[in-house]
Amino acid sequence: MDTTEDLQRSPLFDAHVSLKARMVPFSGWEMPIQYGSILAEARAVRSNAGVFDVSHMGRVEIEGPGAASFLDRLLSVDVPGLRIGRARYNLICNEEGGIIDDCIVYRRGEESFLLVPNGSNRPTVLEWLDRWAPGRDEVRIDDITLSSGMVAAQGPDAAGIIDDLAGEDLSSMRPSTIRESRIAGADIILTRTGYTGEDGFELMVPGDSAADLWRMLTNKGAEPCGLGARDVLRMEAGLPLHGNDISLLTNPYEAGLDRFVNPDREGYIAGDALRRVRDRGVDRSLVGFTMVERGIPRQDYAIMDGARELGRVTSGGHSPTLDTSIGLGYVPKGYTDAGTRFQIDIRGRSVEAEVTRLPFYSRKRIV
Amino acid sequence: MNPSDLRYSEEHEWVRVESDGSAVLGITEFASESLGDIVYVELPGVGAELSQFEKMGEIESVKAVSDLNSPVGGRVLERNDKLTDNPENVNDEPYESGWMLKVTLGDTEELDKLMTAEQYQAFLASQE
Repeated sequence: MDTTEDLQRSPLFDAHVSLKARMVPFSGWEMPIQYGSILAEARAVRSNAGVFDVSHMGRVEIEGPGAASFLDRLLSVDVPGLRIGRARYNLICNEEGGIIDDCIVYRRGEESFLLVPNGSNRPTVLEWLDRWAPGRDEVRIDDITLSSGMVAAQGPDAAGIIDDLAGEDLSSMRPSTIRESRIAGADIILTRTGYTGEDGFELMVPGDSAADLWRMLTNKGAEPCGLGARDVLRMEAGLPLHGNDISLLTNPYEAGLDRFVNPDREGYIAGDALRRVRDRGVDRSLVGFTMVERGIPRQDYAIMDGARELGRVTSGGHSPTLDTSIGLGYVPKGYTDAGTRFQIDIRGRSVEAEVTRLPFYSRKRIV
Repeated sequence: MNPSDLRYSEEHEWVRVESDGSAVLGITEFASESLGDIVYVELPGVGAELSQFEKMGEIESVKAVSDLNSPVGGRVLERNDKLTDNPENVNDEPYESGWMLKVTLGDTEELDKLMTAEQYQAFLASQE
């Protein structure tokens, strides 16, 4: 998919072009990586509010009398026990315990769910759902990604902006909840979720109303932010990115995602494999580290203890909020405690780094 | 606009010949904009010998790391150490506070292998 003709466009494509965004191929979509400075966009989210086009994320409706038990077989969390109006972060693991994707599942009704997988994994997740789905009288799967748009309003000022636009009190919504409202004359699904480490909302909107919603958010002061800033922010918040930090070759336990896994449920297809991993323990773990000396760790650089390679950097970069360089990577037992030192091989230069407890950045919570 | 008193390389570095015969060099506005937010610049120390069009250092933006190639050969006389704490100067003022090295100019004929501002502008247009 090198040519832009193959790339999917978001309903906000024209809005990005008129803002002179730098558009790049991402997950099979042509998406804005930045409008101006990535660092300035990241700072806007930390201090005020930013708005991201995340229309490349999947939006899959799963409904029917068998929906809850179907998802319970595929997702790492207890789905029947999920209350209506609530969302849960979870993993989709294969029978070997490898991570096909991480996603959020929302319960909209007794028999109605919404699944939001990563954009790059949407085709794989849809195939996986199809493979395990019972008949249509039990479960209906409807991918609404292409007929809708999705934006994330994130930052300390995001809730106030959303309240203004909706004309109702949405800032009282609890974290990880979902509800419906009307903004810009359109029916909107709002969730109190995000991928930045800040408070905020994600909004799903019919495709033909997406541009109006975007304009209303930016007119209220939300800074347009690209995927470059999103990556910086999620790394600072210690949130893993599938394809970098977690993949089919990693399991949830070594990724430190234990709290999002319940392998003891009847019929859970990854249950056997994940119980084995849990009971045996892991040989390596995903840790966060901060550079002690100058240098920027990048994906796939070696993590060394002297001449011994401990593992590889899975994500890394400069953190504007902490004004230092940070990274994530897998290291063996004995190297996971905060304060443990090792070196990153930065293109042949050995640069000292130190294990840091995740998240690197955590917002001050007032409530 | 790219200053008319400079010479430019196809790798988007510039060089300015000073009245004392030394040369100051850096990267062009096009390069700094393409790289995006610059967060780290690694340059050789005073006394290091550079060869024309060969690697002299590295520059990292939020997104990626790139090699820096010297537009001329020579010996390093001075290094802009302000870039250590203020690498964003390369974005903000690539031809002023974003300068990188001052070098002795070994061979003035090397300048003939570089472009004028006008030629560089045409080169950029042809790359689009």
